[in-house]
Amino acid sequence: MSLETLPLIVRDWIVALFPDVLQWLVHHLLSIAVILTVFGLFFAFTTIAERKLLGRLQNRLGPNRAGLPKLSILPFHLKHKLWGLSQPFADAVKALTKEDVVPDAADKVLHFLAPVVIVAFSLLGFAVLPFGRHLIPVELDAGLLYFFAAGTATELAIFMAGWGSRNKYSLLAAMRALAQLISYELPLILSVVPVVLVVGTLSLPDIAVAQSGWTFGVLPHWHVFTPWGFAGFLIFLVAALAESNRSPFDLPEAESELIAGHLTEYSGFKYALFFMAEYFGLTALSGLGVTIFLGGWQAPFAFLEFIPSYLWFMMKLAGMIVFFIWIRGTLLRLRIDQLTRLSWQFLVPLALLNLANAAFWALTAGWSGPLVFVRWAVSAAIVVVPFLILGRRLSGDRAPRTYRYAS
Amino acid sequence: MMLALLIIALVILGAAAAAMLSRNLIHSALLLVGAWAGIAAFYLWAGAEFVAFAQILVYVGAVSMVVLFAVLLTRQGETSAPVGYDSLKRAVLAFIVAGGVGGLLVGAILGSPLDVHLPAATPTLSVQQIGALLMGPYAPALLIVGVLLTVALLGAVVLAAVDQPEDTP
Repeated sequence: MSLETLPLIVRDWIVALFPDVLQWLVHHLLSIAVILTVFGLFFAFTTIAERKLLGRLQNRLGPNRAGLPKLSILPFHLKHKLWGLSQPFADAVKALTKEDVVPDAADKVLHFLAPVVIVAFSLLGFAVLPFGRHLIPVELDAGLLYFFAAGTATELAIFMAGWGSRNKYSLLAAMRALAQLISYELPLILSVVPVVLVVGTLSLPDIAVAQSGWTFGVLPHWHVFTPWGFAGFLIFLVAALAESNRSPFDLPEAESELIAGHLTEYSGFKYALFFMAEYFGLTALSGLGVTIFLGGWQAPFAFLEFIPSYLWFMMKLAGMIVFFIWIRGTLLRLRIDQLTRLSWQFLVPLALLNLANAAFWALTAGWSGPLVFVRWAVSAAIVVVPFLILGRRLSGDRAPRTYRYAS
Repeated sequence: MMLALLIIALVILGAAAAAMLSRNLIHSALLLVGAWAGIAAFYLWAGAEFVAFAQILVYVGAVSMVVLFAVLLTRQGETSAPVGYDSLKRAVLAFIVAGGVGGLLVGAILGSPLDVHLPAATPTLSVQQIGALLMGPYAPALLIVGVLLTVALLGAVVLAAVDQPEDTP
């Protein structure tokens, strides 16, 4: 199929323009440039989609004023505002031209390094995601491990931002953010381990390939359509929300009560860089979720396979992002104790049980005939029963709420 | 390939030296993290992908946090080290300890048979083989490490979870 390999053909054509010595360099630089361009634009349009969708969820219009500037090269003036779609570019110009204020007492080096480090490391995760059947920037044997290793440095950057600002509120908020990140890293990784157990590889392209095929020609073999995969996907969603500081877990920078936490002393473009890193992190985690649970670049139905695989990947990615925006418009923010309790007392035990569930699934792969129903029933029971018991027990003694310093 | 190794070695040694010389504890800790990341780069250079990523995950992700929290929690106010150079006893002890550790390391390096060759382009040991080894011949070691870490975790919980009297309004 020509559309499928079109990006590769274009890449090889460009690479062939350069002398032999430089070809490997151009090959990799081209991958980097494409990732930066595609996901930079994806970030820009995620912000406008988020603002518009949140506006709709709150029964208002959202940004719709920013039009195109008067382009003197055009023979006519475009009157249409294009539904405010040029808003992200106006935002970018605004952020770039804002004054950069650095506190006098701040640790200048760390204060400057923090946004740089966080953006750089949040982009690294994209290197191993299989965007299509043939579109894999770097094929690593331990790609999944690389993805999580690249993500850990964001914690350091948050610490640098909080400590470098020389502001006690920044530091306290950074500590809270770190507590949240460390708490949710465990369920995040534990929710992914079952997939590694069943598929038997850490390589992301192989995990995507392992989900091809259909049962009865309708039900795709995506991991989300198995009991353990469904539970893992839910835990992954919650942990991913918390890892990327999204509502309802956006305590580190709760804008209504905490004046933006560790970002307090940042202004102008550095502030924008933190936001960029947040969205890049969310996009990369969504991409990982798509690859691991939602079949990666696979089409949901066989007759839809004529659409190139990378478009399927981007469609699923956009779906995940819209889902996250919807969550933000729906749920209320948690308190810090609720947040940590949810992770340690609920998600981690469920994720550990789910690991045993996946082991059961892998051991019973050979069962056939009526035993298949037993397999599904047992696996589903391992998911549902602990969920109900734990949920009841956790919420049982918590209501009605009592306040220590208020009535 | 040798050039890359030289650059990595320079980064590791430079970061470690700067960490020792810095009078600011937080800067020292962050520079130490830089040195650990450099060691991960060295593992990558040597073709040990899995070890490199594990190094980043454990040292840059977790151990760095422990170090930074320890610095923050133990030091009130000023974070630059107020240690003077005046104590002769301290200097002598430092040299003895450093010399002992250095001698031990050099002895171990000289005593182990080094197979010097250029790294292969692909990892010589796949992750699957490492997993099989850890679950097979080295399973007792893995179990012992697991038990040790669990005991340490329980100890930390026991130490930290002191019942404090409820403060009344």
